[in-house]
Amino acid sequence: MLTYTIRRLVLAIPTLIFISLAIFLLLQLAPGDPMAQVPLTVPPEVKQQMREALGLGQPWYIQYYKWLIQFFWIEPQVMFDNMFGTTFAEGKLRVISWQTRSPVMDIVAQRIPQTLWVVGVAYVLAILIALPIGIYSAYRQYSTFDNAGTFVSMIGFSIPPFFTGPLLIVIFAVQLEWLPSVYNTVHEVNDWDSFMVQLRQMVLPVMVLALQITAQLNRYMRASTLDNLNQDYVRTARAKGLKERTVVLSHVVRNSMIPVVTVIALNVPNIFGGAIITEVIFKVNGIGQLLITALFANDLPMVMTLTFIFAILIVLFNIIADVLYGVLDPRIRYD
Amino acid sequence: MTDTNTYGALQDKEPQKEPRSQWSEVWDQFRRHKGAVWGGGFLLFITLAVLIGPYLWTVDAQKLDIRAKDMRPIYVALWDSSAKTGWNHPFGTDQLGRDILAQMLSGGRASMSVGWAAMLIALLIGTLVGVVAGYFRKLDGPLMRFTDLVLSLPILPLLLVAVTLFRQPLVAFAGSPEGGMFILIVAIIGITSWMQTARIVRGEVLALKEREFILAARSIGTRNGAIIRRHLLPNVLSPIMVSATLGLATAIITESALSFLGVGFPSDYPTWGKLLADAVPRMERFPERVMLPGIAISLTVLSVNYLGDGLRDALDPRIRGR
Repeated sequence: MLTYTIRRLVLAIPTLIFISLAIFLLLQLAPGDPMAQVPLTVPPEVKQQMREALGLGQPWYIQYYKWLIQFFWIEPQVMFDNMFGTTFAEGKLRVISWQTRSPVMDIVAQRIPQTLWVVGVAYVLAILIALPIGIYSAYRQYSTFDNAGTFVSMIGFSIPPFFTGPLLIVIFAVQLEWLPSVYNTVHEVNDWDSFMVQLRQMVLPVMVLALQITAQLNRYMRASTLDNLNQDYVRTARAKGLKERTVVLSHVVRNSMIPVVTVIALNVPNIFGGAIITEVIFKVNGIGQLLITALFANDLPMVMTLTFIFAILIVLFNIIADVLYGVLDPRIRYD
Repeated sequence: MTDTNTYGALQDKEPQKEPRSQWSEVWDQFRRHKGAVWGGGFLLFITLAVLIGPYLWTVDAQKLDIRAKDMRPIYVALWDSSAKTGWNHPFGTDQLGRDILAQMLSGGRASMSVGWAAMLIALLIGTLVGVVAGYFRKLDGPLMRFTDLVLSLPILPLLLVAVTLFRQPLVAFAGSPEGGMFILIVAIIGITSWMQTARIVRGEVLALKEREFILAARSIGTRNGAIIRRHLLPNVLSPIMVSATLGLATAIITESALSFLGVGFPSDYPTWGKLLADAVPRMERFPERVMLPGIAISLTVLSVNYLGDGLRDALDPRIRGR
C-alpha cells in the first residue's frame, strides 16, 4: 500500500507539470494586453518597459520556467518562513498579481478561509443528511419514503445552483426577511450574537451547496446499499439470528460505505469548482470569486495560479480516493 | 431415421407468439418507467415548443416597446388587479419592453441547440477515443493516460478562462457576436466533456472484442473498420445513448452557468441562462423573470435525467423483463 501511494505521488508530478504547461499555453494563446487600461498618452516605449517589468518581454518558455520556479521553489520557502520565522525567501521574486501588484499566494491565503467555511460546512452537512436517507431508502426500496427521497434527490440533481440561489434569496431574504442575502466576509465572531449573525448569513449559501451534494451522495449511497442488501453474507447474518439492526448497521452499511467514501473524496475538488457560482450569487469573498474577478481583469498570473491550485486539488483527491479504496476494501490490492 | 411426428417438440411449425425484436422489448421496459415517459414527453414538448413556437408566437423577441415595459405576467392579475398585465404579452415584458414569452422561446432555442450540439461533439470524440482505445491495444495506454489527464483538469475554471480569453478573435472570425459565441461555447463544452463516454465505451469494447462473433467476423476476413462499424458500434449503442442524455443535461447546465457568470452569450441573443442572469438584479420586484427561465432549465434537465434513468433500465438486459 505504501509503495503504491508513493508511486502514485511520484507519478502525479509529471501529470501536474503537464497540466500547468497546458494551462500556461492556453493563457499564452489568449489575446488581451495587461496594458490595455493604461492611458493612450503613455508613449509606446514606456508601455514596452512596463510590459517588461511585468515579466512579459521574454519568450514563453522562459516565462513558464520562471513561473515553475516561483510556484514550486520560492512559494514553499515563503510558507516555511512564515511558519518558522526564517528568511530563506527574502528578496526573491514571488508570483505577483497584475491587479494588486502583491503576491498572489498572499491573496489566496486571505480568501481560502471564506471558501473553506462555506464549502466545508455544506459538505459535512450534506454527508450527514445524505447517508442516512440513502441507507433508509435502499432498506425500504420502493416505499413512499424511498420514492420521495429519490424524487427530491433527482430535483436537487437537476436544479442548477444559479437558480436555487436566487430562488432562496427571493423566498428567505426578500419575502420573509429572515436571512441576509449577502455574505459579509469581514464579520468577526467574538460573542454569541455575532456567532448567530455568522450562522444566519451562512444558511443560504450552505443550503444551495448542500442541496446539490446531498442529491448526488444520496443516489450513490442508495445504489450501493441496494447492491449489498442482496448479497449472500446478509442472508448468512440473518440466518445466524443477528438482530436486524446489527445486520443493517454493522454489516451492510459498513460494506456499502466503501464506494461512497471514495465518491466523497473524489467530489471535494468539484465542490470547490462548483462553489464559484454560489460564491458569486451570495458575494462570498472566496477563491471562486477571486478567479472570476481576476479573469475579467486579465490578471494572468492570478488565473494561472488559481487554476493550477484547482488542478492540484483534483489530482491529490484522486490519489486519496484510490488509496482509501484500497485501505477500506481488503479485496482490492494494488501491489 | 427420425420421424418428426413422434416428437411433440418438433411439431410446432411456428412460434406461439409473434417474434419480438430487441427494440420492442426495450420500448416495453421503457414504458413501465413512469418518470422516463414523462421526461421523454416533456423533452419532446419543449423541443417542439422552441422549434415551432416562434412561428406561432410571432412577436419579435428583440422588439423594443418602451411604453409597454415592465409588464407582469397575466396570472398576476388573479391576485393583484392593479398590476400592469395584458393578453398581448402573456408572460409580461422586461425593462425594455421586450416580450418575455418570445424571449423564452428564442432563448430555449439557443439553449437547446447549444446543448444538443455540444452533446453530439462530446459523444463523437468520446466514442472515437473509446472505440480506438478499446480496439487497438497499442493505442490503449496512451489514449487512456490522456483521458485521465484531461479528467484531472479543472473544467469549470478552464471553461471560464477559455471563454473569456477567446471571445474577441472568434467573434471576429465568425463575423457576428452570437455566431462566434455559439461556436466557442459548443466547442469548449464538447471538448471538455467527452471523457466519461470514452471510458465507458472503452470498457464495453474491451469486453466485446473477445467475444466469438468478433472472432468469426475476423476469420472470414472482415477488415478492422468494418468490424468496428458493423459489429462493435451497434453493441455499444446503449451505453452511448445513456451517456448522451447525461451529456445533454450537463451541456445545458454548463452553458447556462457560463451565461449566468456573464461570459456566455450577449444580452441581445439570450439563452435561458442569460435571461435568468439579467433578471437577478431586479428579482425582488419581478420574481417571475427569474422563475420562468429557471423553471424552464430545471424542468428540461430534470426530464432529460429521468429519460436517461429510464433508458438505462430499458437498455440493460439484466433488468429488462423483470
